[in-house]
Amino acid sequence: MSALPHIIRKEFRQISRNKVMIPLLFLMPIVQLIVLSYAADFEVKNVNMAIVDLDKSVTSQRLINKFTSSGYFSLVGSFSNAEEAMLELEKDETDMILCVPKDLDADLSDMQPVKVQLLLNAVNNQKAGIASNYSMQVINAFNADRFKNISLPAGIAPLTVDIRESYWYNSDLNYKVFMVPGILAILVTMLTAFLSSINIIREREMGTIEQLNVTPITKFEFILGKIIPFWIIGMFVMSFGLVIAYLLFGITTAGSVLTLYAFLAIYLIAILGIGILISTITETQQQAMFVTWFFLVIFLLLSGLFTPVDSIPEWAKIFNLFNPIKYFVEVMRMVMLKASTFSDIQHHFMVMCGFAVAYNLLAVRSYRKTSG
Amino acid sequence: MKQYLAFVKKEFRHILRDKRTLLILFGMPIAQILIFGFALNNEVENAGVAIYDMAGDYESELLQQRIENSEQFFIEAECENTDCIEDAFRQNRARLGIIIPAHFGQDLLNGEKPQIKIVSDASDPNQAQVLTSYATAIILTHVKGRANVVQEAPLVSAIPRMIFNPELKAVYMFVPGVMGLILLLVGAMMTSLTIAREKELGTMELLLVSPLHSWHIIFGKVTPYWLLSFTNAMIIVSLGIIVFDMPMNGSVALLIGSCLLFSLTALALGIFISSRANSQMVAMFASMMGLLLPTILLSGFIFPIENMPLVLQVVSNIIPAKWFIMLIKGLMIKGSGMNVIWKPVAVLTFIMLFLAVAATKSVKPRLNG
Repeated sequence: MSALPHIIRKEFRQISRNKVMIPLLFLMPIVQLIVLSYAADFEVKNVNMAIVDLDKSVTSQRLINKFTSSGYFSLVGSFSNAEEAMLELEKDETDMILCVPKDLDADLSDMQPVKVQLLLNAVNNQKAGIASNYSMQVINAFNADRFKNISLPAGIAPLTVDIRESYWYNSDLNYKVFMVPGILAILVTMLTAFLSSINIIREREMGTIEQLNVTPITKFEFILGKIIPFWIIGMFVMSFGLVIAYLLFGITTAGSVLTLYAFLAIYLIAILGIGILISTITETQQQAMFVTWFFLVIFLLLSGLFTPVDSIPEWAKIFNLFNPIKYFVEVMRMVMLKASTFSDIQHHFMVMCGFAVAYNLLAVRSYRKTSG
Repeated sequence: MKQYLAFVKKEFRHILRDKRTLLILFGMPIAQILIFGFALNNEVENAGVAIYDMAGDYESELLQQRIENSEQFFIEAECENTDCIEDAFRQNRARLGIIIPAHFGQDLLNGEKPQIKIVSDASDPNQAQVLTSYATAIILTHVKGRANVVQEAPLVSAIPRMIFNPELKAVYMFVPGVMGLILLLVGAMMTSLTIAREKELGTMELLLVSPLHSWHIIFGKVTPYWLLSFTNAMIIVSLGIIVFDMPMNGSVALLIGSCLLFSLTALALGIFISSRANSQMVAMFASMMGLLLPTILLSGFIFPIENMPLVLQVVSNIIPAKWFIMLIKGLMIKGSGMNVIWKPVAVLTFIMLFLAVAATKSVKPRLNG
């Protein structure tokens, strides 16, 4: 073990010598954390609406006002026929077209039911669904206003319940509170996975690995010497990110910081193990990068960072059992937002310990000191 | 010209010799598009509910059954107190808690408006809101159905028509996004390494003292990758159509043109990165760490651009994938013609030319430094 401190010192010196890498390593994740946290917002706040009002009556105007004053819709234009409005829809200038038929006012006065048409741009399926729900609410409110003037017969009041909603852990429904811990998790993962996967292969490509191989360092020391510096960097970037999350977004860790770091410590070992495993089984830096990228993108997109993990198909859920990023994103959100305790995340913790041991054993095994 | 062709031939041979890299280049995107096309879903389904039923009567049982039988929910825990709901949240087992008050059935039938509480795990605010509104709708419909009173139809009703995507398939959102992401990153990563690699191995010097113009070197490096990238694009588009039932409503010629243009943009981006980077490691770092998240987050792939702060909406314009996703959606789903898609085409062309010129300019002088 006496060689270990020297290897670690050598690794650190190598990293700090590369003037471009230092700012890249620390600045890039932090800048991305700050910038991208503002970009991730799923909420459909504002539906752009175009109008084709064929009635042009006081009533149709009242219906349109009901839409625009609801807070969900903003009017982007009025068109005299549906074809013109459809072109706007195609250009994404509007999300929805409200078509009011010609006899709206006259029919309503006669107590005749009227149908208005909503044309929704459904390329974004979720937005279209939500816009359609909002519209129903507005139209119901419009109907209720009209009903106020017409009294219902006594005694047939329908059964009702009073539903009270409350939102826990994030009562302001602030999307950043949800995304910042997740984005931070991804950035730290990318950084460490990338560094470790490139590292060994780079030494091999540059020929410096031969020099290491003729030294009496054991395989185990070698891998450990590679892991520890990156582990420290990962811990450091994460801590820095947590400080930024607090200073900039006011996000604190609701649960125990110790729990969070305990998990992080194991997680980083697992990720570094994967990186080193990749670098021992590929031949060039290019291959190592592509393979890392391949797994990273799959792990990332299935991690639940962007889309709910509850709704993915069964086979993907099974795949996700082996997705380290999924566990990490979950744990970050659980501990930071919901104050989950160690016993709440112990399952995640055990799985991660398993990953850490398995990947690193594989890495040590597949690293051969003799090249070629 | 002859020198250029010879150079292209050499580069081509270089790439084709490396079978493992080729496998990675073609296999990876195919695997990714298949996985994401099938797995990604932005709908909120199958959410666990923790129910705390203080009434335990016939009406509350019926309501529970209604919730269990819905597509969106399953009952994960039957609780005896609110702490148990909180535990389910903290262990990530449930997303929603429903609290039914004591004497629920009696109060309901007496017309006394019993109060149901819906608590949600709002650490995911979007999901919390969507699930709360689903649950509200289910409860209200159920309760309304319990009364044997036919309510009058509302006077105005709306008929929604889902244009371009009548079945509201999530694939229409995700496939174009994944296409943009994969093509941009694979393209940029491929080329970002080439020049950096020559620099690192010292072979760049050899190229620069050769009679080849720096334009020749860059184009010679790009041409083979352009063909590979374009082939990749075509494979991905075909998979979209055959496997995921994406429509092809627009002009095929325009689609092919768009794929050619976008692959070239991605490669220009890679060349640009590599002309600036001093080692493969830096080049890779920039093209992987620097491009992956911004492309996912700022291209409109998942998060709507119109929700972003104005500054980021402006920044999103320099993300090439944003324009490609617009092109794919326009050409494949909406069947748009040149009158609609000219803008993304123009912007992509501009980005590509800008990057190519900037890269060429910085290839030669860099070596002196």
